[in-house]
Amino acid sequence: MNATAPARPAEDRDRAGAGRRRTRVTLTAGLLGLGVLLLAATALSLAVGSGDVPLRDVVQGVVDPDRSVRAQLVVQEVRVPRTLAGLLAGVALGLAGTVMQGVTRNPLADPGLLGINAGAAVTVVFAMSVLSLTEPEQYIWFGFLGACLAAALVYGVAGIGREGATPVKLALAGAAVSALLISVSDAMLLTDSHTYDQFRFWQVGALDGRGLDVLLQALPFVLVGSLLALGLGPRLNGLALGDDIARALGQRVAAARLTGGVSVVLLCGAATAVAGPIGFVGLAVPHAVRMITGPDHRWVLPYSALAAPALLLLADVLGRVVARPGEVQVGVVTAAVGCVPFILLVRSRGKAAL
Amino acid sequence: MNPAVTDAAARVGRLQRARRARFAAVSAALGLVALGALLLSLTVGDIDVPLADVWAVLTGGGDPASRFVVHELRLPRALLALVVGACFGMSGAVFQSLLRNPLASPDVIGVSAGASAAAVLSSMAFGLSGLALSGGALAGALLAGTLIYLLAWRGGVSGGRFVLIGIGVGTGLISLRSYLMTRAEVTEAHNAFLWLTGSLNGRSWSQLWPLLGCAVLLVPLTLAASRGLAALQLGDEAAGGLGVRVERGRLALLACATGLVGVATAAAGPVGFVALVSAPIARRLLPGQGAALLPSALTGAALVGAADFAAQHALPATQLPVGVVTSVVGAPYLLWLLARANRVGRGG
Repeated sequence: MNATAPARPAEDRDRAGAGRRRTRVTLTAGLLGLGVLLLAATALSLAVGSGDVPLRDVVQGVVDPDRSVRAQLVVQEVRVPRTLAGLLAGVALGLAGTVMQGVTRNPLADPGLLGINAGAAVTVVFAMSVLSLTEPEQYIWFGFLGACLAAALVYGVAGIGREGATPVKLALAGAAVSALLISVSDAMLLTDSHTYDQFRFWQVGALDGRGLDVLLQALPFVLVGSLLALGLGPRLNGLALGDDIARALGQRVAAARLTGGVSVVLLCGAATAVAGPIGFVGLAVPHAVRMITGPDHRWVLPYSALAAPALLLLADVLGRVVARPGEVQVGVVTAAVGCVPFILLVRSRGKAAL
Repeated sequence: MNPAVTDAAARVGRLQRARRARFAAVSAALGLVALGALLLSLTVGDIDVPLADVWAVLTGGGDPASRFVVHELRLPRALLALVVGACFGMSGAVFQSLLRNPLASPDVIGVSAGASAAAVLSSMAFGLSGLALSGGALAGALLAGTLIYLLAWRGGVSGGRFVLIGIGVGTGLISLRSYLMTRAEVTEAHNAFLWLTGSLNGRSWSQLWPLLGCAVLLVPLTLAASRGLAALQLGDEAAGGLGVRVERGRLALLACATGLVGVATAAAGPVGFVALVSAPIARRLLPGQGAALLPSALTGAALVGAADFAAQHALPATQLPVGVVTSVVGAPYLLWLLARANRVGRGG
């Protein structure tokens, strides 16, 4: 302490206020930049494909398709639904991953590890194998149902006991339920190689072959789930401090966790219905985003909601062009393309923001 | 001496004795389960061999028929199950406590993904099978472990960075594996899938000996390396302050644990979730006793032993791969432990 001490707090406050304003400006600019990137990815996804379509036909095909022109028909029937599927699944996965990591306070939480993908897989295998459903439109809603049931089971098991659903119990319960369900679906698949033949294509995750009607059915789930998730920012910030401090700050911890759980189920269920079990996006995007925004969930959530669909669409476009005339499924490309920048990003920071 | 101090010392002594007694009791119980699974799988089967005959065979006697059944068919497989389980259980315990995250098992952080990607690649692209395939899987696990460590190295390896890099590497490898699987013929893909669930069907002495040799080498090494583990669990700064050579200790532990996963995967395929569930089960049976490496190994052995017996006999006329059953046996038990525990430590 020195003689100028009394003047310091005010000065500090001013400087902190200026810093915060500057951060807010930078972060808003970043958010806008991501929005532009997402728009570009959307445009690319509409314009690039296995067949060449002139740009004029692309625009026409989106705005006012002339169904007698084959190129415009392709755009309307194939690329528009596919792009929408990417947008829906991407937003859902990005937000769900962020909320899961916040609620469980575990940086490894994602739909693949917390039992949700395994739940979807079991019901999809059941639909394929026992009910002999062959069309994606028929069995994807089984995926939704399975995701919901698995999440309810995980939450139920973790919630028993005096402390309720603590992060460690949630993580372990999720892993255990995952293990159990995967072995059930494995047992069904091992005894039925015909179903396995279908399943291996569903399992990697893909955006093509989803009709507009399916997407329209999934839309309300994604909308409600996204609104719930985006509103969770301040409460996730509280939870990040630990249950006791959050409680002392006047938060209802259990209610916040339950809201998070509901939004995760809606989002993951819809994403699985639209695109199959796509891993990695929900896990990696929040980490990448946190390295830009810092730990404040009020920024992490919207950033993830924009970055995840951009990643998914760009990966899908890449998957269409790398193996012409064939295609590589989006789940494979996302993981293969995403892991390199993810590793570089993790390396570039001295300490990962865990 | 101050009576309060002697009183406290006596209480600490009592607690320590109680703790040691519990450790011994739990270890003995787990060992008994494993032994029971071993004896069951030696006696029960298409031809039932009475326990007395099994004993005769094991001591070098017995009639030729039961000698063939027990010594050539059942013993190597049953022993393999126990050793594989112990390797997975111990390596899971090391990874989870070293990286301070209950989800950070080798299945999750990319080491097993390295083994399985290498195995699928070597069977589909190079047509390998048998011991060559096992060698490929072991090489894959070691390569993936080395790659993760090198990529996570930045003047030292922090636990958080290791986990995240591991997930990144693992994801890339899994996508390679899935891509190969969608490109393969359906029968080929189905065979690879069978290997990927982890199976002990048709294992013989020729698979057991290399595994046993590696395990006899690696398990004591891991235990020796784990002496600094309790300090490392406090965080790098605290461990350094306590005089532990953080980086060296961590490298030794990671190398041992990766080796354990590698040899176990090479022998039986990536048997599902043994590495993930063993340590949490052991730690819930022995609360407050640190990493519990040995009990975790015993849990793993008991789990795989029991699961392999169930896999052989649960369904008539079908031999399920053991990897399907381990989670059916282990996961509900862990869930039950979780649901029952009403106080739980934070962190891992």
